[in-house]
Amino acid sequence: MLRDDLTRFRALLRIGLLEALAYRAQMLVWVLTSTMPLIMLALFGAVASEAPLGRYGQPQLVAYFLATFIVRQLTSSWVAWDINMEVRDGTLATRLLRPVHPLVGYAADGVAAMPLRLAVSIPVAAILLFTVGARELSSDPAIWLLWCVSIVGAWLISLFVSCAIGALAFTMESSIKVMDVWLATFLVFSGYLVPIDLFPARLRAVLDFLPFRYQIGLSVELMTGAHSRGDALALVGRQWVFVVLAAIVMLATWRRGIARFSAYGG
Amino acid sequence: MTRYARLLVVQLRASLLLATQYRADFLIDGAIEILWTATALAPLLVAFQGRATIAGWSFGEALVVLGFFTLLQAVLEGAINPSLVAVVQHIRKGTLDFVLLKPADAQFLVSTARFYPWRSVNVVTAIVLFVIAFRAIGRTPTLADCALAFAFFVCSVTVLYSLWLLVVCTAFFAVKIDNASDLFNAVFDAARWPSSVFRGFVRFVVTFVVPLALMTTVPARALLGVIDVASIVGAVGGTIVVAVIARLVWTRSLAGYTSASS
Repeated sequence: MLRDDLTRFRALLRIGLLEALAYRAQMLVWVLTSTMPLIMLALFGAVASEAPLGRYGQPQLVAYFLATFIVRQLTSSWVAWDINMEVRDGTLATRLLRPVHPLVGYAADGVAAMPLRLAVSIPVAAILLFTVGARELSSDPAIWLLWCVSIVGAWLISLFVSCAIGALAFTMESSIKVMDVWLATFLVFSGYLVPIDLFPARLRAVLDFLPFRYQIGLSVELMTGAHSRGDALALVGRQWVFVVLAAIVMLATWRRGIARFSAYGG
Repeated sequence: MTRYARLLVVQLRASLLLATQYRADFLIDGAIEILWTATALAPLLVAFQGRATIAGWSFGEALVVLGFFTLLQAVLEGAINPSLVAVVQHIRKGTLDFVLLKPADAQFLVSTARFYPWRSVNVVTAIVLFVIAFRAIGRTPTLADCALAFAFFVCSVTVLYSLWLLVVCTAFFAVKIDNASDLFNAVFDAARWPSSVFRGFVRFVVTFVVPLALMTTVPARALLGVIDVASIVGAVGGTIVVAVIARLVWTRSLAGYTSASS
């Protein structure tokens, strides 16, 4: 049983990888659209050129925002858009016919895109090392191990939330607008636009209990060596609590939604 | 000329009628647009914590730039984007032929085909930003400054439209440019800060290659009353050059268009 599942998942991965390769130009355009970290770097860089901003001088900011770019590349998920399209034009029906759960299929698509995303991230990482050097990055292997765990966790939160919001398309005309609201909130509070520790203390306390910072900020902070081993472990632990919560929400919305789905014209 | 004015009114009315069918979108789209503006405001608030100026701009002045960015985005989302995205579709499906057959200028027809009035809620947000900005600065702009700023804003819209038209023209040669609009928006996002925060190579790009500085920083400087003659000449000259290039590329692309089926 498990072996069958593994074979199917491998097949899905292969299809996904070939698809990603076939549309590599489109993928590159997607990557080029993530200019936001650089735009933010320009603003905060100008600020830090006069006097450091909190614990951030110019090199620290360069490291922070390049790391942000890499983390976003490795953890983002666009499943909500796919589900919306497939629910609307009825192609979801073909996914339902396959011998694997559609959610597993979407996850496989995400994993399959990873090699190309990694290929894009590596040059950015090289630029990071070249411009600010290894000084601004963590040198502790244990932290880097936790970083790997945090990247998986961050990706899973994005994937699950994206699936959950996508599944709302079963009950509403288009759940893309819900995704828009989520995305805007996420951008501000995840550490993508502004390093979290620059926010006022009260707001930071609230953000600890929201999923956003565990999607970007945590991994970036681990990369740039902002946490000790103990703190890092505790934070990654909290992140995985959100992974589990997101999974529960996703399964619940999916089950409720799929019961209503009756293909297109069917 | 009056014929085109009449045509514009007809096209606008058609879009308005369509929009009134989706009135609920007004609230939802409006709320989302305001939320997106907040995402631009948050970094600015954090950056100005405990300091008076950044790259020579005070908080109020930077807010004026953000105001023009928001205003321009409203025009882009409400008036420029919808029509030009439709052109890409036309080219791919071959339905551009129907537009070309009509007895009016094709560029005019495709550019005014579709307006999304609900997406222009940001005009209000921009005005609110201007009010807050000038309260922070502690004075009101003179009437002459407002007029000059408006003139520059017209230039900005022209430049933005022309750049978009150039992007659309690539659809004649590379058919699949679905995410060209995303790419364009990604570049345009850099216009939210005063252009002096950018340095070196990026500054060169945002001034001359994709004249983002022209689009938001110049009108803001005009409204603040600190614009010099050189900038005025540069802005007006630059606008004319970009517009003429866009028109030439459009007519050349159209000449090479062979419809989708042939």
